[in-house]
Amino acid sequence: MGVVELAGQLGLPKATVHGILRTLRDVGFVEQDPESGKYQLGAALLHMGSSYLDGNELRTRALNWSDALASRSNESVRIGTLHEGRVLIVHHVFRPDDSRQALEVGALLPAHATAIGKALLAESPYVMDELAAAGLARFTQATIVDPDQLREQLRDIKDRGWATDLEELVDGEVSYAAVIKDRRGLPVGAIGISGPVERLRKNGEPHTELVSYVREAARAVSRDLGAIPW
Amino acid sequence: MVKYIASVDQGTASSRCLIFDSAARVVSVSQKEHHHIFPRPGWVEHDPVEIWNNVLEVVGQALESASLSPSDLVALGITNQRETTVLWDRETGEPVHNAINWQDTRTDRLVRELGGEAGQDRFKERCGLPLATYFSGPKIRWLLDSLPGVRERAQAGEVLFGTMDSWLIWNLTGRHVTDPTNASRTMLMSLETLDWDQELLDAFGVPRAMLPEIRSSSEVYGEAAKLGGVPVASALGDQSAALFGQTCFGSGDAKCTYGTGSFLLMNTGEQRVQSAHGLLTTVGYKIGDQPATYALEGSIAVTGALVQWFRDNLELIASAPEIETLARSVEDNGGCYFVPAFSGLFAPHWRSDARGVIAGLTAYITKGHLARAVLEATAWQTREVVDAMNGDAAVALTSLRVDGGMTANNLLMQFLADVLDVPVVRPIVAETPSLGAAYAAGLAVGFWPDMDSLRANWHRAAEWLPTMEPAIREKAFRKWNKAVARAHDWVDDDDAD
Repeated sequence: MGVVELAGQLGLPKATVHGILRTLRDVGFVEQDPESGKYQLGAALLHMGSSYLDGNELRTRALNWSDALASRSNESVRIGTLHEGRVLIVHHVFRPDDSRQALEVGALLPAHATAIGKALLAESPYVMDELAAAGLARFTQATIVDPDQLREQLRDIKDRGWATDLEELVDGEVSYAAVIKDRRGLPVGAIGISGPVERLRKNGEPHTELVSYVREAARAVSRDLGAIPW
Repeated sequence: MVKYIASVDQGTASSRCLIFDSAARVVSVSQKEHHHIFPRPGWVEHDPVEIWNNVLEVVGQALESASLSPSDLVALGITNQRETTVLWDRETGEPVHNAINWQDTRTDRLVRELGGEAGQDRFKERCGLPLATYFSGPKIRWLLDSLPGVRERAQAGEVLFGTMDSWLIWNLTGRHVTDPTNASRTMLMSLETLDWDQELLDAFGVPRAMLPEIRSSSEVYGEAAKLGGVPVASALGDQSAALFGQTCFGSGDAKCTYGTGSFLLMNTGEQRVQSAHGLLTTVGYKIGDQPATYALEGSIAVTGALVQWFRDNLELIASAPEIETLARSVEDNGGCYFVPAFSGLFAPHWRSDARGVIAGLTAYITKGHLARAVLEATAWQTREVVDAMNGDAAVALTSLRVDGGMTANNLLMQFLADVLDVPVVRPIVAETPSLGAAYAAGLAVGFWPDMDSLRANWHRAAEWLPTMEPAIREKAFRKWNKAVARAHDWVDDDDAD
């Protein structure tokens, strides 16, 4: 949009609109096309659109539901958010078998090779674009490194509401995740379980019961954050 | 047919109902907050009728959201905020006054009078507690003194007393009973006989006719008419219930619950340990006909409340969990220590003349350092109580089981492990009071066969291991102790004028 057009729609003087636009441009909320001089929404606004919820807040709000998910699934639970194109683990519940495990809160994982990452990327196409531009690293034979193939999978993930990583980060390890949304319906993180392929797959198929636990946990946390039940 | 157990947690801020399956997994949660009434500075009351209605509502909601009916429940357990005092009319069931909350300090003067020459430990050997505004006995006495005609009616058994467990069981089943964990917080029960103590009753001027019968913590008290006749089968004060829910069944097992205040309880078995270090002797639990299990308790008045104060009064954060984000914006506390003695210091100091102090302030200190100091205050106060426990008990603590809302704070939990120099472990069910009440009720009706079977349900959800250099820990503890010394002796006699 041009300044004249905006001023007309807002009923404000052109100089005022120009001043506002300059401020918005400085903080990255709008961008000006260098050729046409017209304005469009900026990248910073798009990032804000992915919604920001303090990771510590998310952990606190999700505590009971992530415990319940761990005890129902008998697998370890992680909650992650997107942080500069990677997955930041903000919460980790041990697999409830009393074996030695170490807290992984604060760890950064590749988004394209984890179920949590893919659940979030499916809702954030512009982050996917940034990752594609930077190149997708390979971790195992199963890692998806072709951006188009990944984009196609992300569309499926968005449609069905859950993501999976089939030995794409670590050989022998599978994870499932579903996105957590806030009251505006924006993604704030994803919750998932991970464990050995022998337990998480059934006859080469996803373990539907475990997937349903993950989705229920994501819905429950979303509901607590005020999201409209879906 | 799959059966479930319901647990009501009647807390200071809200009433909750959790429904558990036989593997002790939460299948449903419902919660409703009630109003706090502040008639004067230092006075805190609830409306008992509002609370009773909320309890019925949350049980109904919890059943509904899990698509269950009362007939799916084998029993209902109760855990509750302790010490909060209700008096009601036996005929009408109407409260004769609002419930006086445990935080209420209106009995300050009365408590000093009751102590007389002997001071605050006058009744400690008999009931395990020092004289403090906190406990129910002085609150009953205040109500009897202040409400016209109530003492006479209480003597005639027409006005009844109860802590929240009694009030709820009365409304659910029509019986007037309590359990030793709740009764042990009145200052009126003998720890030895687990019955009301005539000398204590005389000293407090409380007529026996108004008191509930002290039953065990785990037995069927009656059936809840309004909930399809489900047996009401346990009552435990919240901290005892948390000890039970954490399956701290062995002598030396300890847990700390982090809420508004924090409470560290250590199981001392059938032995009543008298503390030489400012801890309380209390009842851990009493299961049916088995002998009572006792506990040492370290009560810390202000932990989570300090984070709330930081949020509401300083407005440096928008929500309590954000304190971790702010605290992580700096490397350390910058030399700043915060002693939150807002209403004096509880265990192990028991100094009512202390007030809050922020020590070590320099021009360097930012809000991030303050946030660190706020969180560290919780850990240092725990360290003081653990040191006191280690002084009183035969065995030193080797790990600490934690629960409560603040366990979501990783920075705090790591710092806690660092200053205690023992592993800190969070179990998979954070709602340990509810779980404890469910366990006690389940044992009473045979839902679970024995306590060993409950232990198998306990699983580690997170563990923080100590990593701090001993020299750094000792120096920081020295600084903390210096800050505490500066908090002492602040209140003067004329401050109340």
